[in-house]
Amino acid sequence: MTFENTSIFAETWGLIYLVVLFAGILVYALRPSAKKKFEDAARIPLMED
Amino acid sequence: MYFITMLLLGLGALLGLFLSSRAVDSVIAFHGWMLVAFCVGFIFWMLRRGDNTGGPANPDSVVNYNDAVVRVGVVLSVFWGVVGFLVGLVIALQLAYPALNFDLPWTSFGRLRPLHTSAVIFAFGGNVLIMTSMHVVQRTCRARIAGGWAPWFVLLGYNLFIVIAASGYVLGVTQSKEYAEPEWYADIWLTLVWVAYLLVFLGTLWRRKEPHIYVANWFYLAFIATVAMLHIINNLAMPVSFFGAKSYIVWAGVQDALIQWWYAHNAVGFFLTAGFLGIMYYYVPKQADRPIYSYRLSIVHFWSLIFLYIWAGPHHLLYTALPDWAQTLGMTFSIMLWMPSWGGMINGLMTLSGAWDKLRTDPILRLLTISLAFYGMSTFEGPLMAIKTVNALSHYTDWTIGHVHSGALGWVGMVSFGAIYYMTPLVFNRKQLYSLRLVSVHFWLATIGIVLYAAAMWVSGILQGLMWRAYDSLGFLEYSFAETVEAMFPFYVIRALGGGLFVIGSWVMAYNVYRTARGHVRTERPYLAASEYAQA
Amino acid sequence: MFSHSKIEKNSIIMLVGILLVVSIGGLIEIAPLFYLESTIEKVKGMRPYTPLELAGRNIYIREGCHNCHSQMIRPFRDELERYGHYSLAAESMYDHPFQWGSKRTGPDLARVGNKYSDDWHREHLIDPRALVPESVMPGYPFLMDDEALLRDPSGHLRANAAVGVPYSDDMISNAATDLRAQADPDHDDADGVTERYPGAQVRDFDGQPGAPSEMDAMIAYLQVLGTMVDFSAYKADDNLR
Repeated sequence: MTFENTSIFAETWGLIYLVVLFAGILVYALRPSAKKKFEDAARIPLMED
Repeated sequence: MYFITMLLLGLGALLGLFLSSRAVDSVIAFHGWMLVAFCVGFIFWMLRRGDNTGGPANPDSVVNYNDAVVRVGVVLSVFWGVVGFLVGLVIALQLAYPALNFDLPWTSFGRLRPLHTSAVIFAFGGNVLIMTSMHVVQRTCRARIAGGWAPWFVLLGYNLFIVIAASGYVLGVTQSKEYAEPEWYADIWLTLVWVAYLLVFLGTLWRRKEPHIYVANWFYLAFIATVAMLHIINNLAMPVSFFGAKSYIVWAGVQDALIQWWYAHNAVGFFLTAGFLGIMYYYVPKQADRPIYSYRLSIVHFWSLIFLYIWAGPHHLLYTALPDWAQTLGMTFSIMLWMPSWGGMINGLMTLSGAWDKLRTDPILRLLTISLAFYGMSTFEGPLMAIKTVNALSHYTDWTIGHVHSGALGWVGMVSFGAIYYMTPLVFNRKQLYSLRLVSVHFWLATIGIVLYAAAMWVSGILQGLMWRAYDSLGFLEYSFAETVEAMFPFYVIRALGGGLFVIGSWVMAYNVYRTARGHVRTERPYLAASEYAQA
Repeated sequence: MFSHSKIEKNSIIMLVGILLVVSIGGLIEIAPLFYLESTIEKVKGMRPYTPLELAGRNIYIREGCHNCHSQMIRPFRDELERYGHYSLAAESMYDHPFQWGSKRTGPDLARVGNKYSDDWHREHLIDPRALVPESVMPGYPFLMDDEALLRDPSGHLRANAAVGVPYSDDMISNAATDLRAQADPDHDDADGVTERYPGAQVRDFDGQPGAPSEMDAMIAYLQVLGTMVDFSAYKADDNLR
């Protein structure tokens, strides 16, 4: 493994992998079907002690 | 967990006996016996108290929370805060007036500086993280903390680690790796404590009555898991003797440098940021009595933050002998880190959206809010200083010290104070704090102190950086190093003044917490909301 | 106690997810430093520290000198003129741990070796402001009183050898003698020191006869800093990284 082929791998497959991963998190967080679930979750601290 | 706690205590006692049995230096003998005394004492305490591991502060509580361990944590946090800030003031004065080193080994700056950093980061910050996490995980899971005696082992065992580390520094026992100074045997003990901490935390999550794991707990979990990884890898060492304090780190030179700053930067990232964001995500909504601004934002910013933070370590090594590719990666990720950091700040601040008037009437909420402002400021300054050309000027100067303190005093300190003021009446089962006016006094002392501190360090840092690289008209270096040291004097005095105000603020807090614990309430003018003013 | 039926899968999935996400950055940045050959430059002259220098280095660590002094010269014009050639990764290859530092309350020490006399160092360490009035450094007069005691000097070398420093069996077995001989030019083993550690300086560093003091060790360490690499044989262009 040299510096060159390491960096070529990182700049192509590594980049694609991370972009896909980030898009996945965005989809998970922003999908409309989860709106209710997340609103309920946000109210957890406010319930009675 | 009863068995695991006993096992860990037994291991600790054996480690202590082993170290002190054939100790080759007096420090390790001292620390070994300390460990033995702690573990044996703890076992006797457990046996005597049997199943009584602590109950809820409020006897009417529906859930059988363990608030007793949290209460001890609050007291320990306040105590270590006062100690750690005070040592900081001492070393700040030593830099202005070097005679205060007294030319003795135990009082010189080189030994007291790690004492200060460990006392504020690990003793104050660590106790705040442990006790708030134990509070938050119980409340958001609506379940008693898992493990019976294990939470006590975590809290008290962690404080034993602090005492071993701190006494070691003063006696000259250190690995010299910044924020990882304790020697190998203290590191082993901390690892035992940390394993118990992870198990207690996970065990409580498994007992939860809520389907969802609340976001504050994600941050705590990331903090606990990542700190374990960083701690173990950075501290791998070869002791000279298994009965002596001195060891040699397995890593060398350039690799050691990167592993160290990968560790140290993420001590900032996961100890002082992720952990304290866990605090923010519970106490800001709680004190403001509103849900967090955007739960979705918290998901995105959580995963981005923990992913990006890990890469940023090399920005501590710009223009050093670290290969250029690693420096460039560190700089790039540091700049990207700006975004998830501000995601957290925006999420916290916008929680107050529509309720900004509460800042006028609630000094605790004011502490929590200004902590987010300081968080936003230092996470903007950080990426700026990670740009190579800026770093060329700022590195090795007081600018770095100023940056650290605007984050540590402004963000970590203020959010901790807010949490402590919120929790004190709760864990002592009092109706209210002794005095809200004193909280406001603390707020102003601390804020003015931080501003003086940070401003003095900006000026001294940039001034010294410019003086080092100044040339005269003949092309010679204009200043000797000693001249640049002399120029720092007025700023070191101003810094000590700012630090002094911050220290006095912590005394005000200690007094307020003490009087609240005793059940006293100060007769004072209440804070009125705007509408109430109109009536009054 | 909790029963396993209550164990929720997702807290474990979350823990695994966190560990995966936080491992990536470290793996990609740190692991290559161990296998990319270009990480450490090819130089001539680097040797392990003598037992006396190592004892001095341990005092340097014990007193926390790195809190105020860096040992890492950056490649800028002013730093080259103030301190000398920029630091190479090779120069700290035997440093467990590294001492690059992060703050210059005092000047960089990467190349302080042979710049000042032993007498200057001794007087400066005892009372810094006697020589540099502007200094804010603590005094270390107690270094004169204590013997430079590497308890079990061979053990210290063996521990270093175990983590990769090339100490030979000869060096390890003679460590205790070498420790004393380096600070005493009349010692029978004085030649042995320079034989085992080429270029090592053998003399009474603290000017105080008798067993080597901590001051001897400290000055021996300071005087070797930055002096090992032979820069006449170093080619910067061959070592671009």
